[in-house]
Amino acid sequence: MDILSNLALGFSVALTPTTFLLALVGCFLGTIIGVLPGLGPANGIALLIPICFTLGFDAVSALILLTSVYYGSMYGGGISSIMLNIPGDEPAMMTTLDGYPMAKQGRAGDALVISAVSSFVGAFLATVGVAFLAPLLSRVAYQFGPAEYFALYLVAFCTLGGISSKNQAKAALAAALGLAIAMIGLDETTGMPRFTFGNLHLHDGIDFLVAIVGLFALAEVFFFIESQGKDSAIGVKLGKVRMPWRDLIACRWTMLRATVIGFFAGILPGAGASLGSFLAYISEKAIAKDKSTFGTGNPRGLAAPEAGNNAAAGGALVPMLTLGVPGSGTTAVLLAMLLTLNITPGPLLFSERPDVVWGLIASLFIGNVMLLVLNVPMVRVFVYILSVPGYILLPGITMVAFVGIYSLTGSSFDMLMTLAFGVLGYVLRKLDIPTVPVILGIVLGDQMEEGLRRAMVLSDGDWTYLFSSGIAIGLWVVAIAGFVAPIFLRRLLAKPDTPAYRVEHMADHIADRD
Amino acid sequence: MRGDQIFGLVMIFAALGYLFSAAGIETSFLSDPVGPRVFPYIVGGVILVSSVVMILQPDPDAAWPGRAMLAKLALTLVVMVVYAVSVPRFGFVLPTVIASAILSYQISPRPGPAVLTGLGLGVGLFVIFKYALGLGLIGLPPAITG
Repeated sequence: MDILSNLALGFSVALTPTTFLLALVGCFLGTIIGVLPGLGPANGIALLIPICFTLGFDAVSALILLTSVYYGSMYGGGISSIMLNIPGDEPAMMTTLDGYPMAKQGRAGDALVISAVSSFVGAFLATVGVAFLAPLLSRVAYQFGPAEYFALYLVAFCTLGGISSKNQAKAALAAALGLAIAMIGLDETTGMPRFTFGNLHLHDGIDFLVAIVGLFALAEVFFFIESQGKDSAIGVKLGKVRMPWRDLIACRWTMLRATVIGFFAGILPGAGASLGSFLAYISEKAIAKDKSTFGTGNPRGLAAPEAGNNAAAGGALVPMLTLGVPGSGTTAVLLAMLLTLNITPGPLLFSERPDVVWGLIASLFIGNVMLLVLNVPMVRVFVYILSVPGYILLPGITMVAFVGIYSLTGSSFDMLMTLAFGVLGYVLRKLDIPTVPVILGIVLGDQMEEGLRRAMVLSDGDWTYLFSSGIAIGLWVVAIAGFVAPIFLRRLLAKPDTPAYRVEHMADHIADRD
Repeated sequence: MRGDQIFGLVMIFAALGYLFSAAGIETSFLSDPVGPRVFPYIVGGVILVSSVVMILQPDPDAAWPGRAMLAKLALTLVVMVVYAVSVPRFGFVLPTVIASAILSYQISPRPGPAVLTGLGLGVGLFVIFKYALGLGLIGLPPAITG
């Protein structure tokens, strides 16, 4: 079978001692990043990418390290949800609903193991899904011309904006802001500078790494300082950790259902892991006979979102790899890294660089098994990390962010630019303007413009060419629906009770631990 | 005025400046039918429209920090700007020790732990990045080490 020989190739790439070590380091770092409230997968990867480049990793090694961090932080996000009732990152929010009550009943150890096992099931099966679905989708993607790609980018912005923001104007503004920033630098077709204002530093454009580290990591620092001393949380004691076999067996169908829901939610461009865990939780609650026990420490209410969000994290890799359109903030960051390594995701990637694609998929399998093996015995270590005081953690994050940027170019200009993005990120988040579309705009801007211009070259300036194929029209419909529908759906689909500490910033509890 | 409206106003000016600057982009005779100006026009237009919507339909205002906190955040920003400028000049270790000590003190105003955090991070990160990861950092001021 095709897939088996491809997987064999993948494992031959991924099973070297170096990559094995990288996966181990990535899983470990990722879990720590995920545990720290507020530092999600996107921040973690953003912090590590510059260092990856400076160390001169090749594409496969860099991808293996960063996807291990990605999966690791999805695992870790659940730990602080369970122990502190504070989600380590946004997708882990639904985990607090039943995870924390379980921990309060003295079953913290059981909750952590259930979370680890359901994460494993979700992520592992999703990786199987990626291995089957991605090659199929890449065949469809061959039929995409510039007009279809242009429409597809639009879909990504519209659905991302529509789903992740409560305000369409703000989502549109964020995307346009990113696209506007992407235009800075030399125009590829004419070679003329655009928006550089005579500054030579700007001729190469604004490095997306500068934007990512600024918008994600440094903005977090400002939030941290601002919110210190507020919202204290009472941690839970971690008792004995053993395998809660009975609960695990009781949750087996829950995990499978949640995986399927999460995986398909992840494939939708822009939806991402948060939607995956949300849908998995509400549908599990909807079909449960014991609805009233959800929210009071029902193991199934814990297994569903954990399997769902990890499956979605895997699903989000499908559009990223086959079409070059990321399904979430984290995959946008991964895509940006691939582009910098001169690897363009898309259908051609599967025929031209099978080593990259299948090496990545194989390393996801390895990373998953590693995480499960690592997580159950080492959960105590990760819980301990929650007690690192903020006055050490925060300066540490700041300095790592700066070192990463500084080591790229060795100039103050990029560090100052990163700071500017940090301030921008703070203001945007204060105003509830999503920052992920900004990143997506910076990453996709050049290609989106390229798609438009190539389409116009093909049609000799006829704008109706943009709607000339069935695929293109379908994508335009999805884009418009994805942008408009949430306005109406929002009224119908009120979110269930959010946990008491619905705080996305790591700040709020670490600050008062010192 | 609410935060949304102020930001919307700022973005309107930014968008107008952007559109104006886009109008000045030089095109070449080799250019394609669309040219280098059209996409920036579209993008600038979207910013303009969404800023106007933000001004007309602002969301409830966020909790903005008070004056004391703003001063603290501004100080943090200044520390980081000075840090960014001084690393190439004074090497990695000294600016990092000072900047992380100040940041640490801002979170938990106790001099002892702050100084220890600064020293630990300045030296520790340098050792990790320079020797474990092999990044080409300069530790001490180039003037001293020659």
